[in-house]
Amino acid sequence: MLETPATPAITRTIDARGSFCPGPLMELIRAIRESQVGDVIAVWSSDRGSKIDIPRWIEKAGHRLVALETRDGYDEIVVEKLR
Amino acid sequence: MNRILILGGGVGGTLVANLLVKRLRRPIDDGDVTLTVVDSKGSHVYQPGFMYIAMGGERAERLARPERSLLDRRVRLVVGDVVRIAPESHVVELADGQWLGYDHLVLATGSRIVPEAIEHFAQEAHHFYSAEAALKLRHALDAFTGGRIVVGIAGMPYKCPPAPLEVVFLIEAELRERGLRDRSELHFCSPIGRAFTIESVSDMATPILAQKGIELHTFFNVETIDPERKVVQSLEGEELPYDLLVLVPPHKGAQVLIDAGLAPAPGGWLPTDRHTLQVGGRPDVFALGDATDLPLSKAGSTAHFEAPVVAERIAARVLGREPDARAGSYEGKVVCFFEVGDGKGTLLQFDYDHPPNPPKPNRFWHLGKVVFNKTYWHTVPKGRV
Repeated sequence: MLETPATPAITRTIDARGSFCPGPLMELIRAIRESQVGDVIAVWSSDRGSKIDIPRWIEKAGHRLVALETRDGYDEIVVEKLR
Repeated sequence: MNRILILGGGVGGTLVANLLVKRLRRPIDDGDVTLTVVDSKGSHVYQPGFMYIAMGGERAERLARPERSLLDRRVRLVVGDVVRIAPESHVVELADGQWLGYDHLVLATGSRIVPEAIEHFAQEAHHFYSAEAALKLRHALDAFTGGRIVVGIAGMPYKCPPAPLEVVFLIEAELRERGLRDRSELHFCSPIGRAFTIESVSDMATPILAQKGIELHTFFNVETIDPERKVVQSLEGEELPYDLLVLVPPHKGAQVLIDAGLAPAPGGWLPTDRHTLQVGGRPDVFALGDATDLPLSKAGSTAHFEAPVVAERIAARVLGREPDARAGSYEGKVVCFFEVGDGKGTLLQFDYDHPPNPPKPNRFWHLGKVVFNKTYWHTVPKGRV
């Protein structure tokens, strides 16, 4: 039986829909600064650049991209703070 | 009686006042409309000039004029600090205890720098967001004989988005002229994944950074400054040593707006309709310039093109008519110059739907910026352009 990594519960959701680049990324950065290691943050963004920029930032900053899903008119990007 | 109250005597507040006089001259002269501007200092400062104090040639005394001299004589100027806004009762309180009532309120309260938000910023980092700081940076550059210069952005949003790139380009050109370039390293740190927020401008600036040998560090969000080791550290875990550190300080909106419940903490940017410029759905409160939360440059140019929309909407309310569909809707227009050093510049012109397509940097647009800076006092605040 294959083991799949457990999806951790979302600690906080940022609704950045309607905000333009770099707004959603800056909102996420603010939330990361305010969070504890292990917290899981979901960002909702309707800016098309976010699904490229935010995962790049997560990788550079050493956190974990938990999920990236396109929903009805926006993307949900979920990140776990690792350090 | 219609009482129009404008908080802030910067580009936006001054221009809205003068444009309203043009639209409402008769009711003002007849005593049916009053127009009041409240400004904390009573002095109008041309902030884009600060960068030129740092980069040579400009003096602080040439960048300020009495606000009274820029306002139409029909506009009442009150000098004082606003300590409270009560939107439900339509009054504003000043520090001296004076109360001012209004029927139409314009919030042109700008942005403020908060370098204290980052420990050791004041001792270690230079900036060019006040005349004093820009002069201090000028002295530091004069004393610089080679080493590592780091230019970065310690918080978004901030005033005049192209300014840090302009400064690194101008410093690079200066070091070459002074014969210090081969003894110096230049680093530019951007908080996002490219050199500039707008992709087309980033695409223009990135090759210029490479050509000038300026190292670009993306996703560098300034977190701490270590004065012992002389390094600046990012949230992303990178650190850069410096001999001279130049950082755009964090910015916030006016505290009084947060206190009034008009703008959310911690940023203090007013939730503003992108077309009507109304604040929080209130029909009688408008915002323009740096104070808004609009996804646009915090720059005088933004206020310049927003002001006619605010003036049209308030004039329509006073005269009991619908605002003109075209003149009463802001479409995100911004026009600004962008210096790249060596006497060259380019022009950024854009709106909500059309990103800028900057022309190849040339001498014409550098001279355009010089001329604009010198003629500003006679044109923009008076509504002549």
